[in-house]
Amino acid sequence: MLDWIAEQIVLYWDIFKYLIPAVPWTALITITSFALALVLGMIVSVIRLWKVPVLSYLAGVYVNVIRGVPLLVHIFFIYFGLGKYLNFDRFTAGVLAVGICYSAYLAEIFRSGLEAISHGQYEAAMSLGMTRFQTLRHVVIPQSLRIVIPPSANEFIASLKDSSLVSIIGLRELTRAGREYYAQFFTDFQTWVLVGVLYLVMTLTLTRVVKYLERLYAVKGFGSRKT
Amino acid sequence: MIKVKNLTRKFGPVVAVDDVSFDVARGEVVVIVGPSGSGKSTLLRCLNALEEIDAGEILIDNFMIEKRHKDIHQIRLEVGMVFQQFNLFPHLKVIKNVMLAQRVVRKRSREEARAKGMNLLEQVGLTDKVDAYPAQLSGGQKQRVAIARALAMDPKIMLFDEVTSALDPEMIGEVLEAMKMLAAKGMTMMVVSHELGFAREVADRVLFMETGKIIESGPPSQLFDNPRQQRTRDFLSKVL
Repeated sequence: MLDWIAEQIVLYWDIFKYLIPAVPWTALITITSFALALVLGMIVSVIRLWKVPVLSYLAGVYVNVIRGVPLLVHIFFIYFGLGKYLNFDRFTAGVLAVGICYSAYLAEIFRSGLEAISHGQYEAAMSLGMTRFQTLRHVVIPQSLRIVIPPSANEFIASLKDSSLVSIIGLRELTRAGREYYAQFFTDFQTWVLVGVLYLVMTLTLTRVVKYLERLYAVKGFGSRKT
Repeated sequence: MIKVKNLTRKFGPVVAVDDVSFDVARGEVVVIVGPSGSGKSTLLRCLNALEEIDAGEILIDNFMIEKRHKDIHQIRLEVGMVFQQFNLFPHLKVIKNVMLAQRVVRKRSREEARAKGMNLLEQVGLTDKVDAYPAQLSGGQKQRVAIARALAMDPKIMLFDEVTSALDPEMIGEVLEAMKMLAAKGMTMMVVSHELGFAREVADRVLFMETGKIIESGPPSQLFDNPRQQRTRDFLSKVL
């Protein structure tokens, strides 16, 4: 019995050492693609908020098309489909796929946040001589942040988990590393338990960070959250 | 100071402001009264281009407000506005509410904007609320912050759109006091209000509006005590 336990500990430690170098890659893919998603999502949502002619319609089409297609298909399409002409490396293709996919979800979250700000706020800002951009920057966005942070953070955590899908094109992140180890040593149970635990540690840590951010952006007497 | 010529504003088939013309002199306080839906607020909102104009023209200090004007926010700098629903920025402390537009529009330094803000908040009696958030204030306090915020831009004209209508009765006085102080300092003011007592005391001229038209206009003593038009008389008999 003791022998078995000792053996298991050594095995888990061995797998752990193999997996750990892949964790920064999962983090890097997630952060880079989410940064891309934030920028694209912001642009798309403001275009829709301002009802920019033509562009606003295209932005709506963008959101619906992207959201209607599975992420795995995005990855295949960008890496194999577009990759045929544009020759992306794995990292670029993976980040583009996850980033574009999540930009559509974020755009909808941002739009609901921006539209939640009352018309009176725009009128007050405009009556003080502020331009449309200044109003957005100083009045509307700071207020919608509070609304938008919790659901956006959920998307961030979801994108961390979905980054595992890019393992399919051979990008060596956590899930890929797990498959490699398993392929060499056939330790299926232990490998996938440990891969799961490592994802869990990351997502739970992020959840804590989100809670902290929510508290940071809460304002006394504003919104429903008690401070 | 303000010249309005044949101003018309429609909402679909409804003519909210119907071919209205009037002038306001520098330092004059004009109170607009009338039943709800008579176009008072719409008229006021046209004066700082929050409302588009369908026909006619408005000259603010020789600056013409036209349809689709490019420098519209330049005109708004000259015309401050206070709203019925306060519209303070809830994410900013009182002092920051008063500083924001000074910083981003007037490009004043932080120190300058703060000094100006403190001075104005003192004038409206809110020095102890400088670091409070709007949600922590009473309605009357909110409205006085809104007045200070508009004044911080050094407007030449101030518009007041039913600023006491959302207030509890005991708070109306403090807001009217702040407005009286402003009138005494010679500010050009246009006030949409149901406070006829205030109009009588402070207004140089009262406009009575109904169905988008100015029915009657005159000094408060004449318009309230001796209205020429039957419609004015009908309205006054209902509200007095």
